[in-house]
Amino acid sequence: MLSIKNLTVNVNDKQILKGINLEIKAGEIHAIMGPNGSGKSTLSHVLSGKGGYTVTGGSATYQGKDLLEMAPEIRAREGVFLAFQYPVEIPGVSNIYLLKAALNSIRKHHGQPEVDAMDFLTLVKDKVRLLEMDEKFLYRAVNEGFSGGEKKRNEILQMAILEPRLCIMDETDSGLDIDALKIVSEGVNSLRSPERAFVMVTHYQRLLDYIKPDKVHVLAHGQIVKSGGADLALELEEKGYSWVEEAEA
Amino acid sequence: MTTATASRYAAEYQTIAPALPGQTLPWLQALRAEALMAFSAQGFPSPREEEWRYTNVLGIEKKLFAPSIDLTGSDVDADWLKAYQLEDTWSVVLVNGHFSAELSVLEGLPEAVSVMSMADALAKQPGTVEKYLGRAADQSEHSFIAFNTAWFTDGLFVHVPAKVVLDKPIQLLHIVTGSNAMATTRNIIIADALAEVKVIETFVGTDIAKDGVYAASLSGTGVANAYLTAAVTEVFVGACADVTLYKMQSESEKAYHFGGSYIKQARDARFTHHNFAFGGLLARSDIHVDLDHASECELNGLYLGVKRQHIDNHTRINHLKPYAVSRELYKGVMDDRARGVFQGRVIVAEDAQKTDSQMNNRNLLLSDDAEVDTKPQLEIYADDVKCGHGVTVGQLDEKSIFYLQSRCVDEETARNMLTFAFANEMVDKIKIRSLHDRVLEQVLARFPQQGVDKEWL
Ligand SMILES: Nc1ncnc2c1ncn2[C@@H]1O[C@H](COP(=O)(O)OP(=O)(O)OP(=O)(O)O)[C@@H](O)[C@H]1O
Ligand SMILES: [Mg+2]
Repeated sequence: MLSIKNLTVNVNDKQILKGINLEIKAGEIHAIMGPNGSGKSTLSHVLSGKGGYTVTGGSATYQGKDLLEMAPEIRAREGVFLAFQYPVEIPGVSNIYLLKAALNSIRKHHGQPEVDAMDFLTLVKDKVRLLEMDEKFLYRAVNEGFSGGEKKRNEILQMAILEPRLCIMDETDSGLDIDALKIVSEGVNSLRSPERAFVMVTHYQRLLDYIKPDKVHVLAHGQIVKSGGADLALELEEKGYSWVEEAEA
Repeated sequence: MTTATASRYAAEYQTIAPALPGQTLPWLQALRAEALMAFSAQGFPSPREEEWRYTNVLGIEKKLFAPSIDLTGSDVDADWLKAYQLEDTWSVVLVNGHFSAELSVLEGLPEAVSVMSMADALAKQPGTVEKYLGRAADQSEHSFIAFNTAWFTDGLFVHVPAKVVLDKPIQLLHIVTGSNAMATTRNIIIADALAEVKVIETFVGTDIAKDGVYAASLSGTGVANAYLTAAVTEVFVGACADVTLYKMQSESEKAYHFGGSYIKQARDARFTHHNFAFGGLLARSDIHVDLDHASECELNGLYLGVKRQHIDNHTRINHLKPYAVSRELYKGVMDDRARGVFQGRVIVAEDAQKTDSQMNNRNLLLSDDAEVDTKPQLEIYADDVKCGHGVTVGQLDEKSIFYLQSRCVDEETARNMLTFAFANEMVDKIKIRSLHDRVLEQVLARFPQQGVDKEWL
């Protein structure tokens, strides 16, 4: 589904990603771990098309297409979804308005008619229940005044409604309380399917207890320094990052 | 520039004087004469005056607009009128500065309440008018007020007696139909103790289509009307009374608009103002509020400028006595080569301890050639007060644009959504549904609409 080859990225002439290689197949769950500042969010942003990053080399191919060539909204319509580490507040635009605009953009992109208003409400309310949210959140401005945890849950609500192919979750677990982590994880698990892949950036094993990854990668200093199975996360939890970083050096 | 002798308007005065209302009232004749003298001496305000620094009204002097003596409102299309005349209100319609009984709707008013034209009020209740006219608007403030006092042809008069709560709003619909006309109107709104009333002032030119688009410029069939509106509204909010004043200004593309609202609040009185400044080539609004003991005022404003519009808002809140509260939020969106001005003064008198005041002005510039001058001023002479102010002038937030893009929205639509959302905060404050929908339509007509799905707003 996604093939990243030797990707190098600069921010303000400083190299942040130093040759990333990653193969993600449909149906897989990949966890990316790594120290603060190692480039995890940078990778997530570059994949979703955020400005301010310069790709200096390498490639990212998504479903056979050059991902890096596409405008951010086209990537999103093609099924790439980023759950932000820091979701943005949009005063004056209601959650439900944005959800409908997003869903209709996707449908239009695929040559489908606009969603029927009743069907849309049914779908949205189903997902709100799935994530055990209050329906009132639908009518509030996007993320405005939401608590940290509420914002994260709202990201997953959007993900559940838009049904993307490639779900990139940047530290969705940070800021969630124990109960919320469980609810959100169950929401994510319900989205698992052979056609869908997940990239989960996280610092903590506890998320991976709920959502078992197929592969775990360690990103350090802009490179993937180690990859392994779910066990690698446990090992990291125990030993920290220094041993992989050292092994690499 | 526009000095005393240079003002050609004074010379024109004699031709219209006999047609002005209140001929038989010596006190009014004296007041008008005094005002004419003051105006003749000063001419129109000049940019040399601090409070007119950013706004040059020389164009008005150059054009020499003529007061309309024609009293008929027959050239107002009924269908067009419906777009601006709100259902479920009492309305006083002024066409070219003159009351139109035919177009106004005043049936079913509670007996004790007076809603009538200013000319009627001068004929029927001259004593009350005399008691209030010129008591909130200070002639020495600037010469537009003197100009208005000398020239006003008619206006709206509202008197709500003590404890009466009006369930329907009153609309003042101020229409100008012709080119080169001048509509000078004077309005008085009195709410006695514990009374409640909502008044909507709507200013519009007939070459503005129903949805707020400039009809003439769009169809290419004609040239937009140039005219002058010079309106002064005085509001007296009695003890514990509650007055809400809405102003929607959608003048013609070439029009000049001066509209001053001067408010005097008694103890514990509440006043809320919503100022929607959309139209005109050059438009200036004054909102001056005097606060008594423990009274509260809320001033909201939204000004939108496109093309070469110049839109100036001048607010002044006088905290004269202790414990009063003022809240102010003005938002501006300027596109093309438009220029917006916000001058907000809050003056806290020595005696006004425990004042609680908050003033904010937020501006969005959509083009490199658009401009905003914002000048908040706090003048505090008391020592135990809570006063704050904030100002921003900026572009749309890139982070927000990317967030929307990451949610499938294309960049242009994202920009439109964010711009609209910025302005819509002020529209959402309107409590009267029919007015809310009209104002929303006007806002949408002035913005790129792609992707803004009205049905969901
Ligand atoms: N706009 C920028 N200007 C300068 N440096 C930047 C910019 N954006 C990112 N960086 C740097 O790039 C590096 C990688 O940042 P990134 O946010 O990708 O880290 P991360 O792995 O997500 O960290 P965390 O675990 O703390 O979220 C950091 O050193 C950061 O300071
Ligand atoms: Mg990060």
